[in-house]
This record gives sequence, structure tokens and C-alpha cells, in this order.
Amino acid sequence: MTVKLAVGLTIAGLIVLFGLLAPLLVGNPSTVRDIGLTGPGNGFVLGTTQNGQDIFAQLAYATRGSLIIGAVVGALTLLLSSFFGIVGAFVGGWTDEAFSLLTNIMLVIPGLPLVIVISSYVPNKSIWLVAAVLAITSWAGSARVLRGFTLSVRGRDYVLAVRISGEKRWRILLVEILPNLIPLLASQVVFAVIFAILGEAGLSFLGLGASGSFTWGTMLFYAQNGLALRLGAWWWFAPPGLAIALFGAALSLINFSIDEIINPKLRAQTRAERTKWTMSRGVKP
Amino acid sequence: MTVLEMRDVVKEYRLRDGLQLTRLRAVDKVSFELKPGRTVALVGQSGSGKSTIAKLLMQLERPTSGAILVDGQPMRYRGAPAAAYRKAVQMVFQDPFSSLNPYHTIGHHLARPVRIHHPDFTGEQVDRRVLDLLRRVRLEPSEDFARRKPHELSGGQRQRVAIARALAPEPAILVADEPVSMLDVSIRLGVLNLLATLQREENLGVLYITHDLATARHFSDEIMVLYRGAVVEHGPADDVILNPQHEYTQLLADAAPAPERRLAELRPGATAAGPRGR
Amino acid sequence: MTAPAVLRIENLSIDYLAETTVHAVREVSLTLQRGEILGLAGESGCGKSTLAYGITRLLKPPATITSGRVLFAPHDGDDIDLSALAGEELRAFRWDKIAMVFQGAMNSLSPVLRISEQLEDVFITHRPELGRTERRKRCAGLLERVGVDRNRLRAYPHELSGGMRQRVMIAMALALEPEVLIMDEPTTALDVVVQREILQEITRLRSELGFAVVFITHDLPLLLEISDRIAVMRAGLIVELDDALTLYTRPKHPYTRRLLSSFPSLTGERGAFVRNGRLGDEVALDETEQTVDAAMAEELEAR
Repeated sequence: MTVKLAVGLTIAGLIVLFGLLAPLLVGNPSTVRDIGLTGPGNGFVLGTTQNGQDIFAQLAYATRGSLIIGAVVGALTLLLSSFFGIVGAFVGGWTDEAFSLLTNIMLVIPGLPLVIVISSYVPNKSIWLVAAVLAITSWAGSARVLRGFTLSVRGRDYVLAVRISGEKRWRILLVEILPNLIPLLASQVVFAVIFAILGEAGLSFLGLGASGSFTWGTMLFYAQNGLALRLGAWWWFAPPGLAIALFGAALSLINFSIDEIINPKLRAQTRAERTKWTMSRGVKP
Repeated sequence: MTVLEMRDVVKEYRLRDGLQLTRLRAVDKVSFELKPGRTVALVGQSGSGKSTIAKLLMQLERPTSGAILVDGQPMRYRGAPAAAYRKAVQMVFQDPFSSLNPYHTIGHHLARPVRIHHPDFTGEQVDRRVLDLLRRVRLEPSEDFARRKPHELSGGQRQRVAIARALAPEPAILVADEPVSMLDVSIRLGVLNLLATLQREENLGVLYITHDLATARHFSDEIMVLYRGAVVEHGPADDVILNPQHEYTQLLADAAPAPERRLAELRPGATAAGPRGR
Repeated sequence: MTAPAVLRIENLSIDYLAETTVHAVREVSLTLQRGEILGLAGESGCGKSTLAYGITRLLKPPATITSGRVLFAPHDGDDIDLSALAGEELRAFRWDKIAMVFQGAMNSLSPVLRISEQLEDVFITHRPELGRTERRKRCAGLLERVGVDRNRLRAYPHELSGGMRQRVMIAMALALEPEVLIMDEPTTALDVVVQREILQEITRLRSELGFAVVFITHDLPLLLEISDRIAVMRAGLIVELDDALTLYTRPKHPYTRRLLSSFPSLTGERGAFVRNGRLGDEVALDETEQTVDAAMAEELEAR
């Protein structure tokens, strides 16, 4: 448990807790009131929007919305990239060629135009649709990485040894190859979640997101529409922006820690490690 | 199984270099026999084709032409004969660090082959067999070793586990692909001696693949010298070393470090016997 | 009268500062005489590579020199304390007086540059005053000196065989005509035939140019063939240091005896190593692991 990992887990953990519990404790985020755009105070922790809506309540529901998108995209990416990457590489032959071809095609198709095209067909998008679209446009990169790694593990001596023993193929995949992929899978999933959250924020900001629901991105969208920046209403756009930045940073810290587990050589490279070394340099005679 | 035979086996790889297709003959009409109770050494430098021969024997590759015969019948790759072959022919890999899966315990590595070849065994019987295997390769206390993971073992210990794993299905033939070349020098002879003991006890036929002429000579009954995929010399171990016929064998023997030669130069009265006057 | 010393290592200790401190090299003292070939024998983890890196100041954290010093005595000028050099002086010193051929050196050549560019790079860095023609001439001369045809200069590393790449690495090391050449397992990955050729090159070059060599390897019989003196290392200590002949015929330390008996003789009698395995696996060697460990424990206690 390094400092990096502790910090990352704490921040991410707190945000997740907030997203899970806060919506149960706050009022209705959509209630329109007469008071208009007001700053924090007067019973509203984060002030109100131009329609008098409680921003703190919105933040609570938005956190939940964004986390749902992150989770769904993470899970879908895991499933799709594992299937096309790992299974393809393991089975080999034509299956591998076909899966690889599909992966490469999906990589080449530009994500944003695809999303725009899909959006234009479906005017009222739900969170689930946005999550699905994000997942479909992002699994390919992961699949390539997993395929490469699986190919390398497949050729290792201990896998050959088990083949020689006469082990069944599905057992080789599950018992011998998969455990070696777990750190990489974990890292890829975390990447997918970061991408999902940032992607959703970007989409929503452009007006292409789940405009009917609350997510960090839609909050920013409405803040932009309500001229929050021009009017100096920092309490409207800063919280969701900060939330995105903090969550993204926390996940990245977790990912760096996973990297250090995978590759112990990275552990010695941090500045903290090097300072520790210089300070204990031996005394010259 | 009584005899494993390679008859005029050829293995060619097709290499693509841009638009050009070249054929690489890794194994060129190699023939030999492996019988239980005899150790045959396959000596060659890197690129000579010895690893390819190991892969062919382990069914990891198929010959381009020629035949591999099991008791006179062609080797089968599917079905019951293939399963029987996999039980009878096992391999010890060269690299003790990559031949064990870092995620699993030693016990797991040994239990799997036991279970595959004895599906009728109960859990307890499997465990007993695993501990027995560890004892035979002198890894004791065996309960302790069974619980450890590969990174907790030294190179020599890992190689013993690899040998134990190869013995788990009670094979008749063992292919040892450079089993000690990645181990520390002072434990090599210990592991080779272990292999020799086990060979004698189980009446195994061993194919000892190596680049080291000295251990090949001391460890085997016959030596085959491989050069660019072809066998250039084949005969009883002492004959091949002390009275080589082919010039490549002579070259190998001369190139190997021979301190006795220099001793004779430095000290005119010294004999060519070993260091401790044997 | 012994030849003057070109390198003096005095009580050098190197530690790896990790969660637990590892004493990789313990108070090693060695003298390298001008023009001699000193073999440094030991198995993996004994500290021989760490010692070599310590001498050439190539240690990376968490390795650090905790005590002792290395003195270099050039044939012209005063002694230089290698452990005190720093910055620009260190950079200029490296390769000029002491050069090193690393383990796996065959794979140390940059795959995207031609041999000529890599060789010339040495001169550009250390002898910037040389003109282009002179540089080219020297590179060609260097290659021929190590037995590689000069028209291979324009080749890329992957076009050369392992043995040739190793010769190129040796040429690079000799480019500035150093007085000491440290070679860390230079022939381990090579075929025995190529190994023999490389060894002959090294001995020939040594007699031509007169540099001293520290030859690090685990292959003791090989050292016995080319070295003047041999040092045997284990667990960071030099357990025996003697001339080659004496070490081979009258080894004193149990570990030396064990190491020597690990190499069965090719043409001699079958000797200690008996294939029937009748003696059991440990007794095949002249000394059991227990005897060696006991001797080592005593020496470590004394420090």
C-alpha cells in the first residue's frame, strides 16, 4: 500500500460513497424555484441554478449518474475487449484473424462522428444509451493490448508444459493464462472508466449526452447554457468540473499503482525513492 | 512403449522477407531411436535444430516429411493414441524461471498432471502422490515445498520441480532440453545426477539435449552431433569424444576449454590427468 | 619483481539499499598488474558484476559504494582516485583509460545505426579534434584489428553474426587504447567455437597493445586457459586469489574446490561424476554445500 494507492483509493472511495448515499439525503434536484441564480448560503450548500434548482442536490444525482456510466462502460469494455482480445489470441487461426480484423476496424472508425450519427437518430438519450455508445467506441484499444499480451503468455514455457501434460484448452485459458492477465485487465478497466467519465462529460458539454438525466457533463452543459462563467456563478460549474478532475486523478493514481505491481522496476524510479537513497549514502573514508 | 523412433525427419520453415519466400531447413533427415534405459545425447550449438527436434517429439510441431514412429506405428496427434503418447513422453524445459506459472503453488503444478492421468484418484491420493514426487526429487520437507510459489524457490529447486512434473504421468521417455544450462555452475552436476538416478530407477529413455560436450559424454550412452539440422556423427559416447570421425566434432572438441592443455604448457612435467591427480 | 599495478582496489564495499540492505561486495581488495589478465570467477549473485560496475562508476541506485576506494595508476602521471571523480572529469575518464565490455554486449549495439556510426561516435565524443578522414581510418583499422573485414563498416548490427557483434563491441572498447579492459561474461551467449576465436583475439590483442584485462565469468576452465591470475568470488567476498596454475592444481578454499569439480573433464577420466548416480547427487562434487557454507560463515563472521 503506497501513498499513491492510498490517496487514489481514498478520493475515489469518497466520491463513490457520495454518489451512492447523497441522493438519498438531499432534496429534489429538479425543483424549480423563484429565487434564480444565487450563490452558496441561505440553506443551499452550493447555491442554485438560474432556475432556482439546488446545485448540491444536482451534484449528488450527477455523481451517481456519471458513476453509473463509468461502471457500465467499464464492465462492457471488459467483456468486449476480453472476448475479442483474449479468446481470439488464444484460439488462434482464422478466429484470431477475424477478431483482429474487427478490432482494427473498430479502432479506425472515428468515435465522435459515430456518436453524433447515433445521437441524431435518437433525440432523447438515456444514460444507458450513452454508456453503450461509449463502450462500443472504446473497447478496441483495450482488445489490442490484451491480444498482444495473451499471445506472449501463450508462448511461455509453463503454458507449453501444461499443453504437453494434456490439459484441456479451456482450462489452460482459465487457469494458466487468465491469472497472468489480471493486473493488465484491472489497468485497462480503470482506463475505460476514466475515458467514459471524460468522454461523457465532453459529449454532454456538446449537447450530445443524456440531456434528460443528471451527470457531471450535463451539469456543465446547463451551466454553459445558463452563462454561468460569464455571470461569475462559479458554484455552478466548479463543483462538477472539480469532481471530474478529482475522480480522474484518483483513478489515474490507482492505475499507476497497478503499473508498479506489474512492473516492480518502476518502484525505484519515483523521486521519493531516489531522495531516500541519496540521504543514506555511505560516508567516505 | 518400448521404442520411439525418428525416421528421416525433415522440418522446414517458410520465412517471408518482403515478397521473397525462403525455406529454412531446421531439421534435415534426422533419424535415431529412443529406448527405455538408454540415454542419448543430442549435442549442437544454437541454431543447430536441437530445440526443433524437441518440439517435434513433444507434438508442438509437425514434421514436413519423414515419420515419427511409436513402437513401429506412426505418431498420432488426436484421440486416444495421442493421449497415451502424452502420458509416455514428457519434457523438462531449459528455463527454470519461465517453466513454472508464477500464480500457482508447486503443489498445483504437480497435482494437475497427476489428476489428468489418473482421473480416478481421490483428492487424498493425488496429494500423496504430489508429496511423493517432491520427495523423489529431494525437495524436502515436501509439505512445505508444495505450498510455496515458484518465486520462493531457487533456480535449482525450480528445475527439480520441473523434473518432478515431468515424472508425474509415469512416462517412459524423457526429453531434457538443456536442463542445466541456465542453472548456477555448482548445482548443475547435482541436478544431472538426480536425472541419472531417476533414469535408472524408472528405466527411462532420456534424450539429453545440450551444447556441452563434457556433460554429454559423462551422462549418456550415445552421442549425436547436430550441425545445421543434420546429424554429422552418431556413436557411443566415449568413441565420439575420444575418437571423432567428423571434422565438426573435432572442431567442437578442440574448442571446448581444456585446462589440461595449458597445464602441460605451463608446467612441462605435469601430466594430462585432472586437477586432483585422478 | 612483479609488474607495477595499474589498478588498485582497496577495501571496496558496495551495498544495495533496499528494504533490507544487501552487501553485494564486502571489503574487496585486489591489485591488477599492468598487462595481466586477471580472471574473476563466481556464480550468479556473487557480486562480480557489481564489483565491475563499481570500478567503472556505473552503479545505479539503489547500489552505492559504502567504503573503500579504487586507485588507477596511468603509465603517465599520478594515481587517480576513481571513486572521487565526478561530473566532467568522470565522463572524460570513462572509456579513455578503462573500458568495459558488458554482459550481453552483442545486444548492446543500436539496431538503427550502422557500425561505422557507432564506432565513430566514440571518437566524436572523446577525440573531437580528429578530422573526419582520420576518424574513418581509425574505425577501419579498429575493425581489422579485431578480425572483422573493414567492408562490414557500412553494415547494420542485425546483419552480423553474434560473434562478429561481440568483436565490434571489443573494438569499441579498445578504440581509445585503454590501459584496462573489463569484460563481463563476454562469451557466455556465444557458441563454443566462436568463444574460442574471441578468446584468441583477446589474448592476441593483449600481447599487441599491452592492456590489462579483468575477465569476469562463471566458466572456470575457460579462465584457467587464458588468465595469469584468478580470483574466486562468493557472496561478495574474494575467497581465493592465486595464479592460475596453483589455483587449478592446489585449490585451498572449499568453494574453489567445489567450483573446480563442477566442470567434468572432456577427455579425462569420468572421475567424480558417475552416471549411475550411485553416489547420490550431492557427493558427486568434491565439497558439499554444507562445507562451503560453513567456511563462508566463518569468513563472514570475521568481518
